[in-house]
Amino acid sequence: MTRLLPHPILSLMLLGLWLLLVNSVSVGQLLLGLVLAWAIPLYTARFWVSRVRVRRPLVLLRLLGVVLYDMLVANLSVARLVSGPIARIHPGFVRVPLRVQGNVAVSLLANIVSLTPGTVSVFLSADQRELIVHALQADDPEAIIGVIRHRYEKPLLDALEQV
Amino acid sequence: MTEPLSSTLTSPLWSLGVEILVSLLIVIGAAFTCLGSVALLRLRDFYSRLHGPTKATTLGVGSLLIASSIFFSAQGPGLSLHEILVALFLFITAPVGAHLMAKAALHLRVRGQSGLPPDALLDGQGVAQPDPQAAPRPVPRPASRIDADPLRDAD
Repeated sequence: MTRLLPHPILSLMLLGLWLLLVNSVSVGQLLLGLVLAWAIPLYTARFWVSRVRVRRPLVLLRLLGVVLYDMLVANLSVARLVSGPIARIHPGFVRVPLRVQGNVAVSLLANIVSLTPGTVSVFLSADQRELIVHALQADDPEAIIGVIRHRYEKPLLDALEQV
Repeated sequence: MTEPLSSTLTSPLWSLGVEILVSLLIVIGAAFTCLGSVALLRLRDFYSRLHGPTKATTLGVGSLLIASSIFFSAQGPGLSLHEILVALFLFITAPVGAHLMAKAALHLRVRGQSGLPPDALLDGQGVAQPDPQAAPRPVPRPASRIDADPLRDAD
């Protein structure tokens, strides 16, 4: 099972991706998509060094909702920030200690941090224990760390499991 | 009694509504994309400027894509969903691009408004150190205007 279908989630995503790409759901495209979804993970297996198991998919879905909502709200606040007086902006680097482990989880978290406005992840220490984040408004580093840890990192910790 | 769906979809009131909705989304999207560029122009240092483009993609391009999806779904026979793909790829690539640019800037010690993270962190663990035993290599100095770098002069 694991030999023939090493990454079921990736396969599912690839199938969805294919159907969206061709923008139609016909039997032919479905079959072609299934073949691709089976073959591509098989032939790229060596590339996927670290694997994760999704323990609680619902938590991940909720995280997706939270991230989308935060993107919306925080976009507005950043828009207000950059259209106001520039002198009021105090950017700075914030060092965020990480609890998540593994390439997939860490890169997911780094991407989320970059997508939610106000913060961009700029550096990851070699031991993956610390993420350096550049914040547009770094007056209160503790608050930024708190948001990242509780809103984004906690669900990832709960939902993903290193295999 | 009730009209069939197809005639509802082609009724003038419906298409007017769709057009208003689509126009609104396009204006919102354009406004946020524009703000992203304004941020690029107005912010003062390299790291802050990174925020502009990564952000413009999220809400700006997001609402442009929703507008596109609605417009072509209303026009064509079926749902138009491949805009999701555009958003997906943008959301995957934009943060990675920003991260790489920031990493390169940190490697060159481009100073921001608020200095740099501690050298020990960047050097000792992150960026590959040149072998001290090897023949001294000329340190590549970025010939950039931003990089008036007292740190480099100190050592």
